[in-house]
Amino acid sequence: MSATASAKVEITHAVGLHARPSVKFTKLAKTFPATIEMALAEDGPWIDAKSIVKVMAAKAPKGTVLHLRASGEGASDAVDALVALVTRDFDEAAEGDVHARTA
Amino acid sequence: MHGRPDRISSAESELRFTGISASAGYAHGPLFRFEAPSAKYVTSASPAIETETLKAAIAKATERLAELVASAAGEAADMLEFQLAMLADDSLSNPALAAIEQGAAADEAWSDALANEIAGYEASEDDYFRARAADLKDIRQQVLDALTSSDSVSAPPGAILTGSDIAPTRFLATDWTQGGGIALSAGSSASHVAMLARSRGVPMVVGLGPLPDQDGIALLDAEHGTLLLGAAGDSVELFQSSAEAFIGRRRKAQDYLRKPAVTASGTPVRVQVNIADPADVDSIDIATCDGVGLMRTEFLFGKPGGLPDEDTQYRAYRKVLEWADGKPVTIRTVDAGGDKPVPGFTVDEGNPFLGLRGIRLSLARPDIFRIQIRALLRAAARGNLKVMFPMIAVPEEYERATALFAEEARALTAAGIAHKQPPLGIMVEVPSAAIAPELFAKAAFFSIGSNDLTQYVMAAARDNAAVAALNSVTNPAVLRLIEAVATFGREHSIPVSLCGDAGGNPASIPYLLKAGLRDLSVVPAQLALAKAAIAEAEA
Repeated sequence: MSATASAKVEITHAVGLHARPSVKFTKLAKTFPATIEMALAEDGPWIDAKSIVKVMAAKAPKGTVLHLRASGEGASDAVDALVALVTRDFDEAAEGDVHARTA
Repeated sequence: MHGRPDRISSAESELRFTGISASAGYAHGPLFRFEAPSAKYVTSASPAIETETLKAAIAKATERLAELVASAAGEAADMLEFQLAMLADDSLSNPALAAIEQGAAADEAWSDALANEIAGYEASEDDYFRARAADLKDIRQQVLDALTSSDSVSAPPGAILTGSDIAPTRFLATDWTQGGGIALSAGSSASHVAMLARSRGVPMVVGLGPLPDQDGIALLDAEHGTLLLGAAGDSVELFQSSAEAFIGRRRKAQDYLRKPAVTASGTPVRVQVNIADPADVDSIDIATCDGVGLMRTEFLFGKPGGLPDEDTQYRAYRKVLEWADGKPVTIRTVDAGGDKPVPGFTVDEGNPFLGLRGIRLSLARPDIFRIQIRALLRAAARGNLKVMFPMIAVPEEYERATALFAEEARALTAAGIAHKQPPLGIMVEVPSAAIAPELFAKAAFFSIGSNDLTQYVMAAARDNAAVAALNSVTNPAVLRLIEAVATFGREHSIPVSLCGDAGGNPASIPYLLKAGLRDLSVVPAQLALAKAAIAEAEA
C-alpha cells in the first residue's frame, strides 16, 4: 500500500546546496505528505529532507550526487519534483565565484 | 593577525589601523560599538517554565525576523528567509529542549545547542559553508536577546560600527541612508554581511586587529582598508580628497563599460576578464571586454566526485570559447596546491606555497595532466584558445609541458579526433621568471600573475592582515620586475599581459600602465572601474 521511490541527481549549482537552495529544497519537500530522506552516498547516512538544519549540515557542494528516497503518499511525485528542482539549479542563476582565489 | 597602530608625526593623537577591505568606499562618522554586554538571564529552575520561556523567545525572535524580511529585498531577503527557516525547524531547538528536560537553564541549553551547530559550520573546508557560522551566531544571539528582553540599541545615523564581527540582522536593522561604515577587528570578506555591504555600497574593513576602547570621530577608508582615529589636519584633507575621487570614479565608471579602454593620452589598452567558472560568463556581455585573460581550471578539480574526465573538461572549455565568439580565451592549466588543495591530487606539505603546486604538480602527475591537455587540444578547435602554465620557474618546465602537448596532439591525429595546437604561454609569477625573462623567450606569451609575484617578491601573504601592508604590487621592487618583463616582451615581440588583482585595482592601474603594460585582465566586477581608471591615466 505504501509507495516508495528513489532517485539520484548531481548538484550543478555553483555553490552547491547552500542557504537559498536549501530553503527552496526543504520548502518543496514539505509540500508532500510522504516521508522524504536524502543522503550524499548510497548507503547513507539518510537525513530528513524536510529539515533545513539537517540539509544544510550535510554541506553538499557543487558536483555532489544527491540520493533521494521517499515512502508514503505521493512518494514518486515528491522525488520527481525534488530532482527537477536540483536539475534546474534551484531556479536561480549561478552566484559566480564566492572565493577570492589568488591568481 | 593584528593591525598595528602607527603613530603619525603630523598628529600626535592619530591612530591608524590596517585591515582588509571587504567593501570599498569611504565613511566619516562617530564610532559605535555594537557589542555591548547583554543582560543576564535569570533561570526559573523549573524545566516546564524554561521550556515555555525558550519557545516564547524563539517565537519572539521569529517575529522580529519576519518584520525585517518584510522590509528587505534581494540578497538580504534571501538571507533572512534562511534564518527564518532555520529558526522554524524543530531540529534546531530539539537538543536544547532535551537539555532543559535534564535540568539545564533555557539560555545555557540554547547556547550549547547552537554552539554545536556553529562548530559544524566552522569546521567546513568550504568558505561558503564556513561563512554560514555567522548566520547561526546571529540566530543564537537573537533568541538570547529575546530571552533577556534586551533590545539592541541602534547606531546613530552615519556611524562607523565597530566590534569583532557583525551579525547580518544588525546590518539590516541599521539605517545606512546617512552613510556610515563597518570596521571589524576580525570578520571575513566572504561573510553574508560583506556581500550585503558590497551590494548596498556600505564601506567595510575586516581584520583590523584589537581596537582601542574609545569614542570619537573615525575615518574609514575601505578602499585601502584603513581606519583612522583622532585624525586632524592633513590626514583629514587627504581622506576627503580620496573619498571624493572614489565617488567620482564610481559614477563615471558605468559610462566606460561599453567603450574600448583608452588612456587620457589616447593609448589603447586591452581589458580582458578573469573567470573562475564557466558559469561566470553567463552574466558578462562579451562586448564589454576583449576576451578572457585568465580562465582558472581549479573549479573542475575540487569536486567530491573525484578528478574530472576529459569530456567534462572539454565541455567546460568549449562553453567559454563559444561565448567568447572569436575573442581570445586564455586557459590556465590546473594551478592546484598552495592555497588550493585538491583531494587525490595535491600533497600535504609544510610550506605549500613553496612546494609542489602549479606546473610542478602537473608534471609530477602526467597521468592527470595529459587528460587536461587532450581536453584543451580538442577545445582549441572550437575557438580562439590560448593556454598558459602556472608557476613556471625554469625553462625545462615549459619544454616538458609543451612536449606533452605535442605528444597528445600526435595521438589525437592518429585517432582521427578533431583538435588544434593552441599558442602556449607562461605565467610570470615566480621571481626567477620575472628576473630572467630571456630564458623563456620560446613562450608564445607572458601573463604576469601579480598576486603570486608580489607575495613571492615581498615574502608576505596578502590574506594575513599582520603583513598585508607589505604585500604591495606598487612596491618599487615589484614594479621594476613588471617593467622589465613588459620591456623584454615588447623588444622580442612576445605579448605580455597581467592577470592579478592589481589589474582591476584603480589605485595600481596607473603604475602598471607606466611600467609599460597595455593588456590587463580583471575580475568582471572591476571591469567598469578598471576602464575608467585607464581613461584617466597618462600613458
